[in-house]
Amino acid sequence: MAAQIAKKSTSNTSTYAGLGVFLMLPSWAVIGFFLVLPVGMMLIYSFLTKEFRGGVIWEFSLNAYDQFFFDRGLFGDAPPVIEWTYINIFWRSIWQAGVATFFSLLIGFPTAWFIATRTGPNKSVWLFLITIPYWVNLLIRTISMKFLIRDTGPLNEWLLSLGVISEPIHIINTSFAVQLGLFYSYLPFMVLPIYASVERYNFAYSEVAADLYASRRATLTKIIIPIVKPGIIAGCILVFVPSLGAFLAPDLLGGAKNFMIGSLIEEQFKGNAGNWPFGAAVSMILLSMVLVVLTFYARQQAKEGAR
Amino acid sequence: MARKLDIRHFPGFLPITYLCLFLLYAPLIIVMIYSFNDSNSITIWGGASLRWYGEVFWGVESAKFKAAALNSITIAVMAATTATTIATLAATAMLKAGRFRGKSVSFALINLPLMVPEIVTAVATLIFFSAIGFTTGYLTILVAHIVFCIPFAYLPIAARMQGIEDVYEQVALDLYATRFQAFRLILLPLMAPGIISGFLLAFIISLDDFIITNFVKGAGIETLPTAIFGAVKQGIKPNIMAISTLLLLVSVVFVTLSYLVGRMGQNKK
Repeated sequence: MAAQIAKKSTSNTSTYAGLGVFLMLPSWAVIGFFLVLPVGMMLIYSFLTKEFRGGVIWEFSLNAYDQFFFDRGLFGDAPPVIEWTYINIFWRSIWQAGVATFFSLLIGFPTAWFIATRTGPNKSVWLFLITIPYWVNLLIRTISMKFLIRDTGPLNEWLLSLGVISEPIHIINTSFAVQLGLFYSYLPFMVLPIYASVERYNFAYSEVAADLYASRRATLTKIIIPIVKPGIIAGCILVFVPSLGAFLAPDLLGGAKNFMIGSLIEEQFKGNAGNWPFGAAVSMILLSMVLVVLTFYARQQAKEGAR
Repeated sequence: MARKLDIRHFPGFLPITYLCLFLLYAPLIIVMIYSFNDSNSITIWGGASLRWYGEVFWGVESAKFKAAALNSITIAVMAATTATTIATLAATAMLKAGRFRGKSVSFALINLPLMVPEIVTAVATLIFFSAIGFTTGYLTILVAHIVFCIPFAYLPIAARMQGIEDVYEQVALDLYATRFQAFRLILLPLMAPGIISGFLLAFIISLDDFIITNFVKGAGIETLPTAIFGAVKQGIKPNIMAISTLLLLVSVVFVTLSYLVGRMGQNKK
């Protein structure tokens, strides 16, 4: 939707010609001063020396990045070997976000398709039902999930009383709980862009396919999915990117064993670690990964647009 | 007609849609039900009562939560108002001011808060305030909230402005209105549904934020989400479920309002 707005705007006539810069000034000032500049400061901080208990000493140092990638022993004089602790946290985050994205797609695609093929006023009601949970406080949604899946929570109670299981299933503080939490947090993000793509899909293609004796399955995999692919990619990115840096789901549902990037960063600033340059460096690495994904997406969109 | 329906239909998609809605709503509905539990334990059902709601408003911890709620609401109102104003001007520039320098960059800039991961924004903002020697507290929360509210206010406003043709303002200008009058007397009233819708969304987004607030709040000040998070760290208590239910209802009411206002505007057109 955003891209459409941008595209259309160039063809609009201009009542306020010449005032553009003036009208835009507050946005530039606020976002430039309080977001772009801070990210720049963060980059600088990642190259400074740490001060114990938070803060920095203004002295250039590569220690933060060095600590991330290399292990130099307890006293820092051993020959450097690769430090796996943090790389593993990143791998785990990518894996967890990937699993959550996969299951969101599995549930989200059929849902989006179903809603987009409704007719009449029902359609917007269905769509609205999907949107509501997104606007409900993420913290509260995560707490709800925690409450539901606890060892003594309602889920286990019911399964026990129904006789489906004989002892409670342990879900909380497992990596599955984190995946479930991420899936639950960002599922609406998967449905909405796919819905937008299916809305624009021309059903004549399906009709032609059916006339030519294509099976339903073939129509889905060979015709529909390739055509709505931009929506699918957008949905996957909208689930994957926030999952990657998520803090609440791993913290509340995963416990200490299921550390993800978000928890690692938080610990440097709010927790016991208190290493600001390291936290800034980890944030920079996360931001770079997200930028790579978004660049890939922008290129994909440009290719689709050129077609 | 039967055929046409047929190609749109895939067996199994309806049950999956129901499953999707079930998964999205079940945890919320269960917490709502258990918030009416009369028992001291969060697990054992002791009959329905409003006991924990009473606890929220008049109980031991009520002062803490009331102060947090007051902070949350005042910050949300101010952040949403400022962000909506900025976003309205930005939308006018992007859609009704023709070409100008930096236009293509501006679009990316407005959406930047959506693209940077929340935790990264939180870290950057904390570092920035610390570097310029600004004490973290109420004001830093407010500033941070204004930044990430801008894109949320911008989307419905821009979408609405898209549907308003230039002719109305052109007529006003032909009749010797100044451009400021055209903006204030023609564009703004036509824009009202979009602006209200944007304000409501920005308000919820501010009210809901936990991660960024948690980083930039400093010691001694809490918003509702940070106070709830702090309490949940000690374990989920029944009063938390009552507060959660209240906050959840506020969000639902605001989104519904935003949706209805947006639709009302479309019908009028």
